[in-house]
Amino acid sequence: MPALLEIDNLVIEAAGGGASPAPVINGVSLQLDAGEVLALIGESGSGKTTLALSTLGYAKPGLEFRAGEVRLNGDDILAMPADEKRRLRGQRVSYLAQSAAAAFNPALRIGAQVTEASVLHGQLSQTEADRRATDLYRALGLPDPDHLGRRYPHQVSGGQLQRLMAAMALCGKPDLLVLDEPTTALDVTTQIEVLKAFKDVIRQEGAAALYVTHDLSIVAQIADRIVVLYAGEVEEYGTVDDILNRPQHRYTRQLIGAVRPPPDSTLRPESLEETRQDVPALEVKDLTAGYGRKHASGHTVKVLRDVHVAVGQGRSLGVIGESGCGKSTLARVISGLLPAMQGDVLLKGQPLKPSLRQRERRQLQKIQFVFQMADNALNPHQRVDQLLGRPLEFYFGLSGEEKRQRITELLHMVELPAEFSERYPEELSGGQKQRVNLARALAASPEILLCDEVISALDTIIGASIIQLLKRLREQTDVSFVFISHDLSAIASFADDIAVLYAGLVVEQGPANRVLAPPYHPYTRLLIASVPELSQGWLERTLEMRETQASIDRAVEITDRGCPFYRRCPLAIAGTCNQEAPPLRNLGHGHSITCHRSEAEL
Amino acid sequence: MSTPVNNPTGESGQTGAISEEQPRRSLKFSGAGKTGIVVILFWITMVFIGPWVAPFHEAEFLDEALFIEPGLDDPYPATDFLPPGDVAYLGTDYLGRDTLSRLLYGARTTIGVSLLSTLLAYLIGITLGIAAAAGGRVLDSSLSRLNDAVLSMPTIMLGMVVISAYGSTLPVLIALTSLIYASSVFRIARAFGLDIMVSDFVDAARVRGEGLGWIIRREVLPGMILPMASDFGLRFVYIILFLSGLSFLGLGVQPPQSDWGSMVRENLAGLPYGAIAPLIPALAIASLTVAINLVVDDISAHHGGKLAEKII
Repeated sequence: MPALLEIDNLVIEAAGGGASPAPVINGVSLQLDAGEVLALIGESGSGKTTLALSTLGYAKPGLEFRAGEVRLNGDDILAMPADEKRRLRGQRVSYLAQSAAAAFNPALRIGAQVTEASVLHGQLSQTEADRRATDLYRALGLPDPDHLGRRYPHQVSGGQLQRLMAAMALCGKPDLLVLDEPTTALDVTTQIEVLKAFKDVIRQEGAAALYVTHDLSIVAQIADRIVVLYAGEVEEYGTVDDILNRPQHRYTRQLIGAVRPPPDSTLRPESLEETRQDVPALEVKDLTAGYGRKHASGHTVKVLRDVHVAVGQGRSLGVIGESGCGKSTLARVISGLLPAMQGDVLLKGQPLKPSLRQRERRQLQKIQFVFQMADNALNPHQRVDQLLGRPLEFYFGLSGEEKRQRITELLHMVELPAEFSERYPEELSGGQKQRVNLARALAASPEILLCDEVISALDTIIGASIIQLLKRLREQTDVSFVFISHDLSAIASFADDIAVLYAGLVVEQGPANRVLAPPYHPYTRLLIASVPELSQGWLERTLEMRETQASIDRAVEITDRGCPFYRRCPLAIAGTCNQEAPPLRNLGHGHSITCHRSEAEL
Repeated sequence: MSTPVNNPTGESGQTGAISEEQPRRSLKFSGAGKTGIVVILFWITMVFIGPWVAPFHEAEFLDEALFIEPGLDDPYPATDFLPPGDVAYLGTDYLGRDTLSRLLYGARTTIGVSLLSTLLAYLIGITLGIAAAAGGRVLDSSLSRLNDAVLSMPTIMLGMVVISAYGSTLPVLIALTSLIYASSVFRIARAFGLDIMVSDFVDAARVRGEGLGWIIRREVLPGMILPMASDFGLRFVYIILFLSGLSFLGLGVQPPQSDWGSMVRENLAGLPYGAIAPLIPALAIASLTVAINLVVDDISAHHGGKLAEKII
């Protein structure tokens, strides 16, 4: 009895590679048995998606199969004629892509899209398919399974859409399910519910799954065996236990090393919090901001409410929260891109004008913004030296040799070779772009650096190297950082102070070691519990916690009345929390929590 | 947290791979594209030297004496709708003028007027398109509604009305054509402009304190120019066809000046006799428009079909 899926010595190369073809997949062999979950792990560019797609008999345009076989239940997929391949896809193998939002047609009902493939392939009648879909919704823990199919994609949350995609993939009872980074785009809190649903449904259906990801801690939760890919070759192949606890190869160990440790207050030394200066480098006072027309009464969406945060000279403030909590809005208000409705932004005690145009050039120079997506933040038509040179000209009037020298210095600061000054952004890798992005902000010699999710779009290893760089910059310069992220472990490893933002409200803030230790705000506790750990069984353990149970399937809501976290809070007091705004509790040492519960209860 | 960092950039193995990769900025033309370029270059040369290489003047009626054949006793041979021969290499037209000469003179009017109109249409369309994209909601809606009004009028009808009011002179033709075609350029320029205005790199420039003028010149325009260039080719073709259409109706370039569109119309009467006089200018129009389209195809393929999305 052959294994369900066998890949034999597979070679995939760039089509028409000429004299020196670059293999994307170089002699990979692996096996997968029914009911098993195999994780493909590696950094971007290691060929993991290419390998996963080969199980569908598909190579991306520009690539071609050069040698080897891919067999599903003994049938060679690569040798199949086109119409047989079409039957294979969607019936025997189905593919679950990274972004559910892009995979659903917003104009069609969910049910029609989930059942479409299996009805089209003639496997099931529409009634049978609908019944099967409803069963799958139930198995995936989706709310209201009987009527869910009648809804449209925009009426469900991102995490639910991701699970619906699994339902779509499983509807035709495939033998093999290929999941390509299905939780990478999700918040940590949402990731948990999606992972759990995937794990349960794979077990129930007895399907084999190929799980592609770059995140080892997720693999630890869901996979039986792991294949570590590096530059198109299998670096290591073994059970989860073997790979995580006894890694053999250097690259595997590097991957494990790049997993950020779970946030731990004891990691940080008791910092110099008592020696704080009187005037912080940057202070945000009673800030309210939002979108919509300013004068229309009550119709504005307030994204931030009475936010009060401060960053000391040379320190770093981490701002954390799920998407939709107002983190980026805070950065945009500080930079002046979005004028505040109320409240002040103070730079060294001096109030700044709310909008960009009213601010002086000298003030603009002192606050620099590092945007999230380096791809979009660097103009593709400008060379690196033009990108870095402009702030030098603009703020300091540098030109010629002086400017060139400074550009070289800046590239050196972000650990890039000087030759890179002649490249265009598209000739750089993701991490290199992010470094140039950072260098451009540094070119202005700022006092405040606003880093908006600067590592979220990067691989674990590259993200870790960017954090290393930021740490070094903080040591070498006197710049103060506002570091915005949805990743608590990234924040814990970098920030001196942490502000936890929920639905536009700062629910907890203080020095990192105090925020990451009890007493916690219930939301902080949820965030800490949601950070995946590199150990098997973490998913089950964390799901048993009351915080995760109370919050599953609840999206961030912005309310004007009571505590916004009320609906997800395990400690909520009915009649109080949903009626009255929570009070600010000062716990000393600059640590404060906004909650109705007392310190002892938290 | 200890991350082994082996090379200075921390991204092992990627630096080398990237430096080997050739920058894909240089535009490569296919065989068809190269043919197109040759044809375009030929016609552009004719715009400049046409009148000097032409055997006759565009308005010159060929002398009957030229066609007297020895041995045949006909002192007054017909000179109109002659097939290609030793004297008139591409034959003669309905008045007995040399088709080749008229074609070469006509290249100047047809291509010259079209090019000038296209350039003007671009100047107006891009200026207003960027103004709409960058100038805020009120300006954007008023310009866009105005543009919708222009777009809603059938172009040939509009042309007929304007020409009957102002007469058919070259300046009127150029102004009319450029205004009509500026509206479609406006739409594309505005779409590209809006796309670029919301990108993070424009926000980055605004946070730096750059003025709107600098942002448009340095951040927005460079991103529009190449994709718009391939649209320029298409628009140029439409304008040639539009002007030829006007000439065909008798509203375009007036006789005795020649242009390709009016040459087709003038000689239509020869078709029943199998004269090739109306076909030659039609072929010339076709050769130029096809050649431009071949080049445009190469340019838009270079842009990964981005242009097609915008136009449709």
